Amino acid sequence: MNLAIKDIRHNLGRFVLTAIGIGMLLMIVMGMGGIYRGISDDATLLIDNIGADIWIVQHNTRGPFAELSRIPQNLVYRAMVIPGVATARSFVQHTIQRQNNIGKQLRMTIVGLDWPIDKGEWVVLESGRILNQNHYEMIADTSLGLNLGEKIKLGKNTYTVVGITSSMISSGGDGIGFFTIQDALDIQLDKTGEAVRLDRVSRSNRVKKNDLGLKQPNLIELASQKSSQLPGLARPEISSVILKLKPGANLKQVENIIEGWKDVSIFTSNGERQLLLKGTVEKVRKQIGLFRILLTIISAIIMALILYTLTLEKLHSIALLKLIGASNWVVLKLILQEALILGVSGYCIAYILGKKIFPNFPRRVILSNDDLFQLAIIVLIISVISSLLGVWKAMQVTPNEALN
Amino acid sequence: MADKLAIQADSLKKIYGKDNTEIVAMKDATMDVAYGEIVALLGPSGSGKSTFLTAVGLINPPTSGQIKIGGQLVLNGSQPMVNLKYFRKKYLGFVFQKSNLIPFLSARENVQIALEINGYSPQDSSKRALEIMNELAIGDRADNFPSMLSGGQQQRVSICRALSNEPDVILADEPTAALDSHLGRQVMELFRDISHKRGTAVIVVTHDQRSLDVFDTVYEMEDGVIKLRQEIS
Repeated sequence: MNLAIKDIRHNLGRFVLTAIGIGMLLMIVMGMGGIYRGISDDATLLIDNIGADIWIVQHNTRGPFAELSRIPQNLVYRAMVIPGVATARSFVQHTIQRQNNIGKQLRMTIVGLDWPIDKGEWVVLESGRILNQNHYEMIADTSLGLNLGEKIKLGKNTYTVVGITSSMISSGGDGIGFFTIQDALDIQLDKTGEAVRLDRVSRSNRVKKNDLGLKQPNLIELASQKSSQLPGLARPEISSVILKLKPGANLKQVENIIEGWKDVSIFTSNGERQLLLKGTVEKVRKQIGLFRILLTIISAIIMALILYTLTLEKLHSIALLKLIGASNWVVLKLILQEALILGVSGYCIAYILGKKIFPNFPRRVILSNDDLFQLAIIVLIISVISSLLGVWKAMQVTPNEALN
Repeated sequence: MADKLAIQADSLKKIYGKDNTEIVAMKDATMDVAYGEIVALLGPSGSGKSTFLTAVGLINPPTSGQIKIGGQLVLNGSQPMVNLKYFRKKYLGFVFQKSNLIPFLSARENVQIALEINGYSPQDSSKRALEIMNELAIGDRADNFPSMLSGGQQQRVSICRALSNEPDVILADEPTAALDSHLGRQVMELFRDISHKRGTAVIVVTHDQRSLDVFDTVYEMEDGVIKLRQEIS
């Protein structure tokens, strides 16, 4: 006869409520792990999916995911001629916070795709299509709340959502919007008409005061024209250049060539990934890890108290069992099985609730099999450890106590 | 006669505490009970009845004296001569003032657990439990929990449990105290039937003077000493 099952059956309502309580605690522990996994996964998703072998970034910086990186656009052409390089693409990433069409705050990480080399073929679409033209189209992550076909004004231009993707989140947790490089830079460097006019006046004034302006007065007129028409002004800078190598190309050899350039730094995809995980995500990981440990300890203490209370309630029955000849093992089994059933039920409730609740969280909570397995083992250990107090108390009970 | 004795309690003495706090709960308590004999042990509160019963029940060993069960020395003073837990399980059955049933087990399971502890398989013990319960006319309440049974029914289940492993000795501590006189009488008669039909030695500690006619022998305990009051057969 399984006494633990009989006891639970008799106090089913109370047991279910207790299991729900334990389950909710474990759900938070489970969620903590899932949040970390989500942050880590979100942070590296772009690097993993974009299909680059090498990232070229501003000299002495750690790349666009760690800090600001600015390199000239023409670096793409320099990189393209390196033996072994299949493609070289510009990459732009920055975050904006604007009001959307209905006045709500829209925070979005903008990623520039080097159209037409990169139209976003590597982006997994839920609906719609990739970018078909160089301007005014975007692919939006579902978390941005934009719908297919929706038009959104950013700066002076209006962009149409042509594709919807999911789980494309930056390391900061913001949904990603994919634009062409041109559009991404336009959004980043957008200025009002007044600011542009003031720029031009300022430029003219600088040339007027300059020796060159005095000698060549037509330069003063030129200086007040569009900046794009001035050969003396560089094109806007990009965040990095990403290289894809040809099959069989020697990565080390390509790295050595670029390392000889003194104006840039390079990272492999894995290097960039590690930088991201150790930089942006590391503190979050530690924070969540410590919080998770605390919650696990609290769960164990609460479980121990619950099991101790349940044991106290059964002391008379335990004394009676001992009086009629039950071995200590029968009593120990009763408490241990109850602890394990409580732990396992709590875990199942945590999993079921988590599966329902976590998708509604603003950031992804990923319940990986490894994490779930690890937590299951922890729950089993907690169940055993937390039953020890109750077992100890039960072992103190003498058959005499049945007579009281 | 001695070879037919189920219990031989000889000069039992029990002292609690030491020096200034010393209390003599039982002194020179002697009693022989034969197989098939039912005896009553009367006495006022604090006279040492329960101490005697727990000593004979191998729960609370005496400070000195000897206890033999079935002719075998089991306690020499406080020194166990056998595995007490095994002996208790094998040869003794207990019935208490309160029915002392396990609340989370049904009536049948309360009997069944005692059988399982004694090594019966779950199937056999379930079957046997129902047989005993039918024998004691409580089989129709087999699936009820203790809280759903009356005091008398609970006590019957308790007796079923005590009988389940066919013990040589049943020790009952005021089993009718919580029952009305009619039910109390029924329970006492049940003990007598069990004792006489099964050959079980039964010691009943009681205050109930109205049912004394069901006993073969009546002892009285006062100040820790047992005296024979009445031998009916």
